Amino acid sequence: MDSIVKNAGLGDILEKVHDGERLSAADGIRLFETPNLLAVGYLANIVRERQNGNNAYFIYNQHINYSNICTNLCKFCAFGKDRDSDLAYEMSVEDVRAKVRERLSEPITEIHMVGGIHPDLPYSYYTELLKAIKAERPDVHIQAFTCVEIAHLAEISGLGINGVLEDLKKAGLGSIPGGGAEVFSPRIRKLTCEKKLSGSDWLEVAKTAHRVNLFTNATMLYGHIETIEERVEHLDMLRRAQDETGGFLAFIPLAFHPQNTELAKLSRTSGVDDLKNIAVARCMLDNFPHIKAYWVMIGQKLSQIALSFGADDVDGTVKEEIITHMAGAETEQAMSREQLLRLIREAGRIPIERDTLYNVINSY
Amino acid sequence: MRTIKSIQQKVLNTERLTVQESLALFREGNLYDLGFLADIARRKKHPDPVVTYVIDRNINYTDICISACKFCAFYKGPEDAEGSVISFEDLKRKIEETQELGGTQILLQGGLHPDKQLEFYEDMLQFIKATGIHIHGFSPPEICHFAKISGLSVAGVIDRLRKAGLDSIPGGGAEILSDRVRQLTAPKKCSADEWIEVMRQAHLLGIKTTATMMFGHVETEEERLEHLLRVRDLQDETGGFTAFIPWPFQPDNTAFSDIPKATAHTYLKMLAWSRIVLDNVPNIQASWVTQGPKIAQVSLFFGANDFGSTMIEENVVAAAGIKFRLSEAAIRGLIEDAGFVPQQRTMDYTFVTSG
Repeated sequence: MDSIVKNAGLGDILEKVHDGERLSAADGIRLFETPNLLAVGYLANIVRERQNGNNAYFIYNQHINYSNICTNLCKFCAFGKDRDSDLAYEMSVEDVRAKVRERLSEPITEIHMVGGIHPDLPYSYYTELLKAIKAERPDVHIQAFTCVEIAHLAEISGLGINGVLEDLKKAGLGSIPGGGAEVFSPRIRKLTCEKKLSGSDWLEVAKTAHRVNLFTNATMLYGHIETIEERVEHLDMLRRAQDETGGFLAFIPLAFHPQNTELAKLSRTSGVDDLKNIAVARCMLDNFPHIKAYWVMIGQKLSQIALSFGADDVDGTVKEEIITHMAGAETEQAMSREQLLRLIREAGRIPIERDTLYNVINSY
Repeated sequence: MRTIKSIQQKVLNTERLTVQESLALFREGNLYDLGFLADIARRKKHPDPVVTYVIDRNINYTDICISACKFCAFYKGPEDAEGSVISFEDLKRKIEETQELGGTQILLQGGLHPDKQLEFYEDMLQFIKATGIHIHGFSPPEICHFAKISGLSVAGVIDRLRKAGLDSIPGGGAEILSDRVRQLTAPKKCSADEWIEVMRQAHLLGIKTTATMMFGHVETEEERLEHLLRVRDLQDETGGFTAFIPWPFQPDNTAFSDIPKATAHTYLKMLAWSRIVLDNVPNIQASWVTQGPKIAQVSLFFGANDFGSTMIEENVVAAAGIKFRLSEAAIRGLIEDAGFVPQQRTMDYTFVTSG
């Protein structure tokens, strides 16, 4: 099989991958540009199996989006709404508590909670949310508030990034999800999300979190107006940050969903591009332990194939996913543990139920 | 490992695999072993990076059927008041719509209706033929059924249908060409031998056909291979198959709804395996109707060189709860995005030139 990769003109990259040598940005661009999808997947699969063997992780989690009211109103987003919009909503602390209580009988280990940049909810609301969840479900791990929200909370609390992270930790925050990274390039941010935290500030928040022992994830929203070079630059910036702190757990490429966004004229990402983003990320991000194929974004079928294209994680049971579905996602909103097990097993992998920090809960 | 290596070498040398080698490849090979080899086999047959598709519409002339297959969500029993037969006016309208969209053919299939005589089908063909559209119609179980009700031979039926306007025969109703599986899933349907015989007679009369395979229910891996080999053997004899189309069983709303659906991983392996084993069948189709656009696009790297049909209308898979939709523009976009050149074709894989 190595000979096929060499014939595809990727012999030098194959050698680097075999030797565990870091790929350059130019290598990353070549991988994106090669027409040979299988060759790229094959390279990523080598890295994947070296780092994670035959394991495929999933988590039993619950998603809660406390509010979609947002002052950023990014052009690629169908979720965020102006506070005067008919579609705007805001959950009270009691509402969130009820959402948690509803599912106490299920073996949920993680609550994943993100929202918009709300113009006037007080800082205390956020700490109360965390405390209320912990009160209902003391053992649950709360992964909440993207770096963008953290920066906002730092500002309204007056505590600064470091201070707010310490304070949120005390209130029950366990780790930080990878959202809001979008594409770091200032050109892309100016065109699509001018009001959002800049790429370098996003990375600063993440690194600060790592320094106070909060693990985070990282994402990249691809498939809108970004170039291949900007994708690779994004990956390279993440790789350098990870060299500094080692605090990223997983990288999650997010497929842009155009419906109901200001970029609705763009088409959806293709299966080939979805797999390439996973595979190139796996090859480039040699210091990231995990690459996640988020099935809500790319569908159950493709996320299963992604387990052979670099991904070692398919996220989890999710339930009530809203953000992607408001942008026209036609995927299911939840998957059962049985569905996840079957999907992973048929891909020839070993299903491992994990907690947020990738501790093994159960191996099937 | 040694087996896989020697199998790889044989495929690279365009040598035919034995039964044991074929089974070993499917069982021991991973997604890349199968995918790379299928891609090589495909590029040997189709050196140009072209992916074809056909613009057509599935017209189901009736859903009334006496076969009652357990894997089917489409049919209505003869006693069911909801069953219907299409009117000629509806037929005409559907064909006009197809032609307005640049369609070159219709896929005409239906249930095994208990009462309609051969003349009814001949009238229907003649009526359709007046529009000039290519009629890809009547899968082998229908032809066998017509032979039974008319008392004619299979060859006699095909000849009558051809004279009435039938152009080619779709490969449906093959399911799994193994009589053990057919007894368990569709005992009233034509046998594996009968299915093959219809295709043989059609090919001998100069009528091209396709072949399909519905896997992922009660069949074993050996029986999947048996299916592939029966198709390959007949193709050696007649050369009349233009394409092979495998797809996984869709269990919803069928008597087998408790069987879990084959996953995309299994689909891609099965597709690739088909391409490698069927070394004498020129075209392998992706099944976007069951797999959706993303996996269908990825399947172009697992042996498929054809995107199938735009299916302006599709009812059978939709009855099992699957409702993917793709326009011609969307299909062309997916093909281009994967690095191939999209090309409209007819049933016999002649390229349709625009204008």
